[in-house]
Formats: sequence, structure tokens, C-alpha cells
Amino acid sequence: MKADPVGVAKGSYFMDGDHACAEGAIAAGCRFFAGYPITPSTEIAERIAERFPKVGGMFIQMEDELASMAAIIGAAWTGTKTMTVTSGPGFSLMMENIGLAVMMETPCVVVDVQRGGPSTGLPTLTGQADMMQARWGSHGDYELIALSPNSSQECFDLIITAFNLAEQWRVPVLFMMDECVGHMTEKVVIPDAYEITITPRKFYRGKKKDFKPYKFNGHTKIAPMVKAGDGYFFHITGLTHDERGYPLINAEAQQTNVQHLVDKINKNVDKISIVEEDNITDADVIVVSYGISSRVALKAVEFARKNGIKVGTLRLVTVWPFPEKRIKQLASQVKAFIIPEINMGQISLEIERCAAGQAPTILVPHAGGWVHDPKDIFQAIEEAVA
Amino acid sequence: MTEVATQSKKGETKPKNEKPKAVLRDDYEHPMEIYLRIERFPHIWCATCGIGTVLTAFISGLEKSKLDIEKVTVVSGIGCTGRTAGYLRLDSFHTTHGRAIPFATGLALGNPKLKVVVISGDGDLTAIGGNHFIHAARRNLDLTIICVNNFNYAMTGGQAGPTTPMEAIASTAPYGCYEYPFNLPFLAESSGAVFVARWTALHIRRLTNTIAEALLKPGFSFIEVICPCATLYARRNRLGDGLDLMRFYHDNAIIKHGANTREVDIEYQKQIIVGKFVDIDKPTFLQQRDRFLKNKLGNQFIPYKEPVS
Repeated sequence: MKADPVGVAKGSYFMDGDHACAEGAIAAGCRFFAGYPITPSTEIAERIAERFPKVGGMFIQMEDELASMAAIIGAAWTGTKTMTVTSGPGFSLMMENIGLAVMMETPCVVVDVQRGGPSTGLPTLTGQADMMQARWGSHGDYELIALSPNSSQECFDLIITAFNLAEQWRVPVLFMMDECVGHMTEKVVIPDAYEITITPRKFYRGKKKDFKPYKFNGHTKIAPMVKAGDGYFFHITGLTHDERGYPLINAEAQQTNVQHLVDKINKNVDKISIVEEDNITDADVIVVSYGISSRVALKAVEFARKNGIKVGTLRLVTVWPFPEKRIKQLASQVKAFIIPEINMGQISLEIERCAAGQAPTILVPHAGGWVHDPKDIFQAIEEAVA
Repeated sequence: MTEVATQSKKGETKPKNEKPKAVLRDDYEHPMEIYLRIERFPHIWCATCGIGTVLTAFISGLEKSKLDIEKVTVVSGIGCTGRTAGYLRLDSFHTTHGRAIPFATGLALGNPKLKVVVISGDGDLTAIGGNHFIHAARRNLDLTIICVNNFNYAMTGGQAGPTTPMEAIASTAPYGCYEYPFNLPFLAESSGAVFVARWTALHIRRLTNTIAEALLKPGFSFIEVICPCATLYARRNRLGDGLDLMRFYHDNAIIKHGANTREVDIEYQKQIIVGKFVDIDKPTFLQQRDRFLKNKLGNQFIPYKEPVS
């Protein structure tokens, strides 16, 4: 399906990542937004507040992030595409109902414009330290999808992918920006509506009495949904449940329910995962990065290549689910992985796990507040091949 | 018994462990069957619990309101009352602790044609969910909130909560509660609710009528229902069984329509003022929003429309 032209502000702009993200969401068909102001994500909410009344969207500023997250799940069950945006402290509060969205298999998009943490940390300065929280933040076992854009243009393009993936897999999709990407102003080209592909909500079309909100018998088939108010009289719960959505409190039901939640993502990594590779084939070292760090790393890579070092790059466009298979493959052919990230080592641990001793992983950490000095990344590359 | 039956003559035996399910017999018809997920019965509530009575009153009130039940959605939080949504054959959502109101907000704004009802307990709505409660009332969202108040957290074993009266004993107030409790009607009215009422589980007819009225009232309507919890609250405080509590309501509930909500505090084992306290008219969140934006933006304003499938 193509995008609704009403929401597509075609043209070339000089725009920051936050605004581009808002425009992308509107283009993707998002028409319900609930949020709570927090730096550095507020500009997204502001842009939506201004634009929604003119495109037929519903904006509400809630009393906190707990409420924002709950509201977008409720709204999703009326058939609309929903989003909320936040940063670290608010992301922590949203964890409760991100778990509910996972359990209720509700498509929605949560944007986290990361700043330095822990706690209030660095409200106005950048960080990438919520990556593991994105993966594990809510209690219990589950899998979801997280994307990480690295430019204003990508904030626009990739948030559309986020909405599409949410619909395709009936899962909350986390959009892991960072303060730099959010506040960096660059050229953004918004194409014609007919050039934007949208995954519409898959609605159930069978007999009303046969409707079940879930399908646990195969990870390739995601059950179609219905809307509240259409006479299906369906029930859904955050409790462990059967395919009818009815609570079932026992170990077998838990096994079936959780296995399904995990399988539908884990067994489809190849269909979900997006990575961007460059000069991989004969690389001695590979710099693995995401978000703003991938832009900074380019400078170091360029310098290393000038110095005759064979460096490849791999950018995680989707961070979760993790491209485990690909990293394993590459681990057998390179001397080392270099992972610059604005945290004290999160994704690097995941690379280390996947490399499983085949290649060393070298973390270039940064506590946050600013991006890496490319020299530090270059130095790590140099040491790796020495 | 079942064991024996399984071992007896083949052909006539019932499968092992199959309990007789009276409610599923073909010839059986409960008058409220179409509103209930009978297949989920027996329900989890204790004997003489008042929540079932509230459920009955809700169904009767819903019938009385003549609303299209396809457009009525029920949301519950967590707790004994939180299970209500699961027994109603309506579009029904059992959400997270305290978040029934914001979840309901999403439903109500996502599809303004829905009548969204929140049925949950006092702890869920006014302790962990207290912030959502006051803000939904402030916004005058088109929601009907039925709050079953049994003075304690019953699902988790009878802990003290924001409505536990001073002196009352609870598992986390073993020497008696020494905190000031909420006066819920006053909280609702001062936060902006347009309709506020209180009944006990004894006042079934009046509660039913009030529920019907609240369902048809645009804006934030709030009904508190004082409910017996014989298993925990009454037992710990040696107040007798459910019937004794009903007798207590009979002797101590005073109907005072239009009472000043400031004066309807509930003290331990003292009188309970019940009735319809507030019924005013004021534009709802959506009416206010649409009128306001239309006024400011003119033809640029595109009203929100619920999606079509």
C-alpha cells in the first residue's frame, strides 16, 4: 500500500532528526500520538502537536510516560497506528507497558532519543547507553525489534520501516535515536506519497465467532487483528493466555505463549534484520557501529584506509534482533572487530558473544556527553592489526 | 469419583477430570448469558464478595442504557476487580496495574464512537493509578469509571491501601491503619468529574440506575461502590461474613443525593453517605478539542476519524 498523500510533506528541507522523525511517522500513517515532554525528544512531540490537527491525527500530552505507553496500546486496538517518544528516564517508565504491548502483540512505535544516563544524567547531551535496556528493559522473556538511524534523512525513512515492521510482526518497535542524531540538522528529502510503501494493519476477515486474537501454531503466520467496536467481543490480557486471549495460569501455557513471542522474532531474523556493510570482503578489521557513532567512525576508517589498513564497516540499522549469524560468519575471516559506542560496552558484548572467541572484539567506550574523537577509533584499529 | 467413572464400563464413561459444567448445558439459560464469558466460569471471586454484584448491576445498567453493546468496551487494571473485564462478553481489556485509565484513554480517543468503561479496584485506580485518575477527570475524557472499593488490596492478601479507614487492620497495618484515607467522591469532583455517585453493593437497584445514567452521561463519570471483602478485610477486622457487612450497609448507609462531597468521608465502621453527589454539564475533552482547533485553524483543521477495517 502507498502512503496517504495527506501526511506526506513532499519537498527538500533543512531539518533536524527529531522533526524528520515526526514527518516520517506522519507519512507512515501514524495518526495517534500520546507522549510526555522530555529532552532531547520533545521536538518530535512539538512537531506532531502542530501537524496532527492538519492531517486528521489525534495528539494527547499525557500525565507521564507510563500513561503515554498505555494510551498508545489502547489506541492501537482501535485500528490506528500509534507512537510515543521519550528519552532515558521516560524510557524506563515505559518499560512496564512495553511488556504489555509485547504480551498483547500490539503494533506500536516507541522512539527513544538517547541522552547520557544513568538517572537524570545528561539531559541535553548524547548517549547510546539504552541499547541493552531496549533489549531487556521490561521484565520477563521476550523479543522485539529496535532500529537505530544515523542521519536526519534516515530518521524520516527508517521510522516508516519501524511502523511497517510493527504491523508485520505485531510487536512494539523501538526507534533508538540519540541526541546527536535528533538535533543534527541536515538535508532531508521527503518523496512523493506514491514512492512510500506502507504496511497496512492486517485485519481479520473470517466469521465473527471463530475469531481468535492470537495464533501460536507457527512463527511464520502472524494472526490478523480486529478493532474494538466491531462486534467481535474479544478479550486480551497481560496475563499468560491462550489463543483466545483468555488467561491460563500454568507452566504449559507459559511455555506456549512465551515460545511464540520469542520465536516470531528469533526465527525471522533474516527477514527483519537490516545491516549496512562496506568493504567487508577483504577486511582485516571490521568496525561495527550504529547511530551517530557510525558517522564518527567513518573518519577513522577513512584515515586507516589511507594508512593501508584494510578496514570494513558494518552498521547495525536494526540492532535487535541481533544479526548473530552474520557476525559469526565474519568472525571467522577477520582479525578483530572494533566497536565504538557511546556507552561503557553494550553491543560490544553482544558481538563478543557471537564472535565466540574466533576474533577479538575491541570496545572503544565513551561515557556520553559527546561523540568519540575519531583518533581513538583509529588507534584501536591500528592496534588491532599491529 | 471421576477415577471410578473412568475405570467403569467403556462407552458410557466421561473423560477423566471432566467436571460437570452446569452452565454449559444446552438447556440452561442464564438471563445474562449473552453478556458473560460463561466458558470462563467459575470466576475467581470468593463467596459473598461484592464484585459479582457490581458485575450484575453493570450488566443490568448496560441493558437499561440501551447502548449498542458492540460499541461498549471495558478496561480493567489488576486486582480482584481487575478480573471483571475478563468475564464480560464485550470487547474487554485486562491491562497493567494502575494503567486501566490511560489504556482506556487510548481506546476512547482512538475511536470516539466507543463508550469506554473502566471497572477496577480502589488500589488500582487511586493508588498506583491515582495520577491517571485525576488527569483523566481534569481533561473530562468521555469515560465511565466504576471503582469497587473494598478498603484493601484483596488480590495480594489484604494489605492497607489509600482507602483503608484509620484504625482498620490490614496485613501491612497489623496494628491498625494510621494513614488518612482518600475521600474518593471529593477527589473525583475536585479533579473535574461531571458525574459522581457512591453506592454500596447492597444498593443494587440504585447502583444499576446510576450505572445506566453514567453510561449515557458525556464526560468523566465516577461511581464508587463500597463492597464487602469477607475473606480479608472483614475477617481481619472481625466484622463477620459478607452478610454481616451487607447488614452493616443496611443500617449505616445514608442516602443523601447532592451531598457536598467534602463531607462524605468514610470513617471506620461509621456511617456511609451514598447517593448521586455531582451531575453537571461541561464539554468533554473531544468536544473541547474539536471546537477549539476548528476555531483556531478554520478549514485547515481535519477532525480525527477512527480507522476503517
